Amino acid sequence: MSAADIWRSPMLARLRLIVVVFIIWEIAGRWLVDPLFFAPASRVAEDLPTMFGTAGVPGAIAITLTELVAAFALAVAAGLSIGRAVGLNDFARRAFMPIILFLYGMPQVTILPIFVLLFGIGPACKIAFGFTHGVFPIIVTVVAGVQNIKPILRTSARAMGASGWQELRYVVFPHLVPSLFTGMRLGMTGVLIGVLLAELYVSTAGIGLFTTQFAQNFQPSLLLGLIATLATIAIVLNEAMRRLETHFSRWRD
Amino acid sequence: MNGPRKPAGRAAILATQAAFIAIVLMVWYLATTRWGVSRILLPNPIAVWHALVSVLWTGEYLPDLRVTLFELAIAFAISATSGVVIGYFVSRSSYRVRVFEPLFAAMYAVPLILLIPLYVLWFGLGPASKIALGATISFFPVVLNTVTGFSHVDRALVTAARSMGASDYHLFRFVLLPAAFPVILAGMRLGFTVALLSIIGSEVLASLAGLGHHIVELSENMEPARMFAYVGFVVAIAALLNFAVSRLEAWVRRS
Repeated sequence: MSAADIWRSPMLARLRLIVVVFIIWEIAGRWLVDPLFFAPASRVAEDLPTMFGTAGVPGAIAITLTELVAAFALAVAAGLSIGRAVGLNDFARRAFMPIILFLYGMPQVTILPIFVLLFGIGPACKIAFGFTHGVFPIIVTVVAGVQNIKPILRTSARAMGASGWQELRYVVFPHLVPSLFTGMRLGMTGVLIGVLLAELYVSTAGIGLFTTQFAQNFQPSLLLGLIATLATIAIVLNEAMRRLETHFSRWRD
Repeated sequence: MNGPRKPAGRAAILATQAAFIAIVLMVWYLATTRWGVSRILLPNPIAVWHALVSVLWTGEYLPDLRVTLFELAIAFAISATSGVVIGYFVSRSSYRVRVFEPLFAAMYAVPLILLIPLYVLWFGLGPASKIALGATISFFPVVLNTVTGFSHVDRALVTAARSMGASDYHLFRFVLLPAAFPVILAGMRLGFTVALLSIIGSEVLASLAGLGHHIVELSENMEPARMFAYVGFVVAIAALLNFAVSRLEAWVRRS
């Protein structure tokens, strides 16, 4: 590759684009926009230690991470068992899938106030709301995955004397893995949206408290820093799930 | 199980679904009348039903519905136009596709609802912040599908049209657009759903009016029966809008 080719590679072009965006951000923040509402990128970076040093912020990020992990674990466990139970039985699938799809398609944010009534304003509410956002995509993909198993494989495992557990372990589960990981990736996106929505709605100790506080005190550099931190966490979690998905779907090809 | 067992009849399935819903309603009813669950936590289903009738009858939802639909219309108009125009521009060179597509896809995966505190700071609690959020979030499915639609047009078709002397306009009008249109439409439908969701969401989080705001208001006024009824109403409106849009998509695609 010549120097010109390297210069033109999409990767570098993307980097240049991102640098341009940062420069525009910097110029807008320094000279164009009221500093009460916006801060240049350099100020945001400079104030990151202040943001993390604000009493309660590291704890709030830790609480939010805990909520994400708890909601995700619950969603995977419940999604896997419900999806397997519903998917392996033709009758159950045809009877309950419409109900599950209806719930999946429902705008759940409308019931957020009910979650707050039921679970209070602490972490339980965030975990519950993240769970209901994450569990449905996992159920749906697990049901689809179980469906794709050729019946002959299960019948022959049975005929060769496999127990129910062995059939599950050696026939159903390996076929389930790729779709389970697709479901987990979609579930992670859902859990992130659910937990963050609930946090932003009402929060006593999580990050929602501090986004409100920074906005009300007109500290845009701290607010931008916190939002950037959370976006980074979301990107890392999504990317990890995407890597896992590609890794575990390989055995098929 | 697609094995030897005969598939269950439709009647049995409908009966199971009806029984499931009946059990849920029954538990709900008993919980409020017999088991002493607080009226504030879980209102009586009959009270909810009366509240729903009164919500529909008095038309108290009309001002909120107007606000939400207004926000949705503007947000979707912005994201659909900018998404298609930018998507078309990007799709015109495979180099630009390789530069921009991963960026758009990465942004799409970020829970952009995080922007709401920032947008409220910039645009206030009124409709502007909802429009901005709805437009931002729904821009990505539209632009991604537009790029995919335009950049996957069969090369042979383009070459054939060119060699038969098609001008840029003719190429766009008779080759590119018809080939890309279904994919773009699917992106727009997705964008519409996402815009509706994020607008109701941001109304719940911080606002002065709109369907989402009214739910929160009823909840804070401790009117649980009315709130449950209103939630049901909003869910139905959302389902209706999404249904209408997918019918519209199917209709446009045919004609």
